[in-house]
Amino acid sequence: MNDNTPVLSIRGLTLALPKGADREFAVEDVSYDVAAGEIMCVVGESGSGKSMAANAVMGLLPKGVRPTAGEVIFDGQDLLSLSEKQHRKLRGLRIGMIFQEPMTALNPLMRVGAQIAEVFEAHGKFNGRERQEKALALLEEVGIPEPDKAIRAYPFQLSGGQRQRVMIAMALALEPELLIADEPTTALDVTTQAQILELIRDLQKRRGMAVMFITHDFGVVAEVATRVCVMRYGQVVELGSADEVLHDPQHEYTRALLEAIPSNVIPESRGAERPAPLLEVRNLHKVFRSRGGLFKPAREVRALDDVSFTLAPGETVGIVGESGSGKSTLGRCVVRLERPDSGTLTLAGTDFSELKGDALRRERHRVQMIFQDPYASLNPRHRVGYAIAQGPMANGVPRKKAMQQAEELLEMVGLGAVAVDRYPHEFSGGQRQRIGIARALALNPELIVADEAVSALDVSIQAQVLELLEELKQKLSLSLLFITHDLRVAAQISDSIIVMQNGRIVEQGTAQEVFLKPREAYTRQLLDAIPGREHEAAMA
Amino acid sequence: MSFFARFAQNRGALVGLVILFAIILMAILAPFLYPDSPWRMVQRPFLSPMEVDGFWLGTDTMGRDVAAGLMHGAWVSLLIGLVSTMVALLIGVPLGAIAGYYGGLIDDALMRFTEFFQTIPNFALAIVLVAIMQPSVVSIVLAIAIVSWPPVARLVRAEFMSLRHREYVEAARLVGQTNRTIILRQILPNTLSPIIVLASLMVATAILLESALSFLGLGDPNVMSWGYMIGAARTVIRQAWWLSFFPGLAILLTVLALNLVGEGLDDALNPKLARERS
Repeated sequence: MNDNTPVLSIRGLTLALPKGADREFAVEDVSYDVAAGEIMCVVGESGSGKSMAANAVMGLLPKGVRPTAGEVIFDGQDLLSLSEKQHRKLRGLRIGMIFQEPMTALNPLMRVGAQIAEVFEAHGKFNGRERQEKALALLEEVGIPEPDKAIRAYPFQLSGGQRQRVMIAMALALEPELLIADEPTTALDVTTQAQILELIRDLQKRRGMAVMFITHDFGVVAEVATRVCVMRYGQVVELGSADEVLHDPQHEYTRALLEAIPSNVIPESRGAERPAPLLEVRNLHKVFRSRGGLFKPAREVRALDDVSFTLAPGETVGIVGESGSGKSTLGRCVVRLERPDSGTLTLAGTDFSELKGDALRRERHRVQMIFQDPYASLNPRHRVGYAIAQGPMANGVPRKKAMQQAEELLEMVGLGAVAVDRYPHEFSGGQRQRIGIARALALNPELIVADEAVSALDVSIQAQVLELLEELKQKLSLSLLFITHDLRVAAQISDSIIVMQNGRIVEQGTAQEVFLKPREAYTRQLLDAIPGREHEAAMA
Repeated sequence: MSFFARFAQNRGALVGLVILFAIILMAILAPFLYPDSPWRMVQRPFLSPMEVDGFWLGTDTMGRDVAAGLMHGAWVSLLIGLVSTMVALLIGVPLGAIAGYYGGLIDDALMRFTEFFQTIPNFALAIVLVAIMQPSVVSIVLAIAIVSWPPVARLVRAEFMSLRHREYVEAARLVGQTNRTIILRQILPNTLSPIIVLASLMVATAILLESALSFLGLGDPNVMSWGYMIGAARTVIRQAWWLSFFPGLAILLTVLALNLVGEGLDDALNPKLARERS
């Protein structure tokens, strides 16, 4: 434990939500300390109120949310009683903050250097020249390659990880005693995430700051935390050192969350025999071209570059890669939402890549897709039953029978037939994803492509949906192409794995082979980047 | 919150709705209160309002009852406003939908066609069209519709372009729905709110256009309209203010009411906006 005096101390903080919200308090009677030299991780699923306390510290509470009890003590004064002006002085100068989405947190029209210099300017420090020098030094410190060039770059010219580094540089500019990081790595790829976590840990040690780290990911917690605070429904469920909470969780909710993390334990692959493939993909190519303008050259992106693989009936193939690896394009080509430039897609003897127009429409029922975003994948104006029945109806099943089928399917995915007459907005994200699965099943497809089907869900919901998929797979002997950026999820559900990078297949093999004996450096790099791996290893 | 409750939150919209109902009532009651043709000369010309019992808005240069003209004119104005807006929607919505949904060459072709109409000033084109087709209710409605559909097409196209890549639209393509079904069942219902709002404002513009055409003497010579009344009274505006004042006030109120209702609809159909206000 840490015997430092706390930098920030939250005591019995209660924040009331406006009337008509789903609960009375955003956070209720929350108390914890953040001491210098420690990283305090606040963990919880969406809606747990984990960010609210941080907002209160920064004086950035959303409209309508107001504190009703408790205090937030920073350097001997209660932050809740400060005026907006006093708060502004603290922000940046003594409390720094990093946000989730670095692209929207940076001004797109300002050079990076100028944005960092602006932080000094806002607090009236240094002259123009010194500010530039300081900015350069900061960029160097946060490990941006070629800082002298980066300082003149615009945000869009940097990658996501580099932008997050710039944000960190800005937050650190005035050497704050407290750094608040609100889901700083959620929008990043695993490898980038690992680097940023490393950077935060490193900086924290070097400067002896107190860090309040908000996240939903227990893997990240295992990676950085000194102490952990688990929140649910606005209340602190468990509070303790990282070791205690991760290895000896007291509260059942913490235990449930820890269990819900997809583990690295890879199930035995079933059936070694390889029957005739259901899907055969050969030398698939796809290039996206942006139309060039008068002054800008046309750009080409090779989304798929000579991709070949096969999928046996009843098999689940996991496609893993970081953003921009072409994995989604591959999925979209397989369901023929995109047309591959060259190469063939053969589905049980039919050449799927050459079909067009009506012929394609008639064959579409054979391959279905489960989409990523449970909020965007259902038409807000259609009742759930109708949304599911649409497919069979488009393929000539009479309405009455299709609706009856929809009821059965909803029953099967665990929603109950009553859901038929309700609208999508009445359901939670996990429930909507179940509806999406029911819709995909409605046509009795030979192959289902799941594109990041569980990525938008909280861990515990994610585990439930994965379980449902696993169960349906057994029951209906589905063939599944499972696209994900999350290696742990892929490991859980897939029989064989394909690792993609820059539109090419880097490695493919059974789940066991790829995870336990990766051949390629890139695969190893991906595996090493998974947050919380050491913790898992220690647990095993 | 119900749709009407959200609508009623905007006080202005309620006021607009009341005015609009009053005008519609005027249009409906016109044939009963003034069964005679509004063109009939019934009294001395230039009676000022309230001068003679039964003619509380006075008479015009030819001794016709101004109140009768106003009541019958309400019917013409509303009819032309509504029908021309409908026709404009019938041209604009399908064009915009097809351009936005298919994109590519079809989009290019349709949008160039739309721009062709947009480059000519609205009113000038309307005058030319009415002059060529001979002034009549039908030709006026057509002329107004032809000059006012391009914004509809542009709006619908923009909505379709943003909606066609939504996952639920892709899901519909995947289950094998035809393009027609997707356009009509999946996308169009989700574009209705902005279309309704735009349409309510278009009715107002159409009424103004018709008035302007009538003012220039390009109205249907067989129907009494507010624009015609103002146009006919312009030469005597200093002797008989009431001849142009009352129809002018009627146009002002109608357009104002439609704009208020349009704004209220915008609030009510756009739940996000409504939440920010509360």
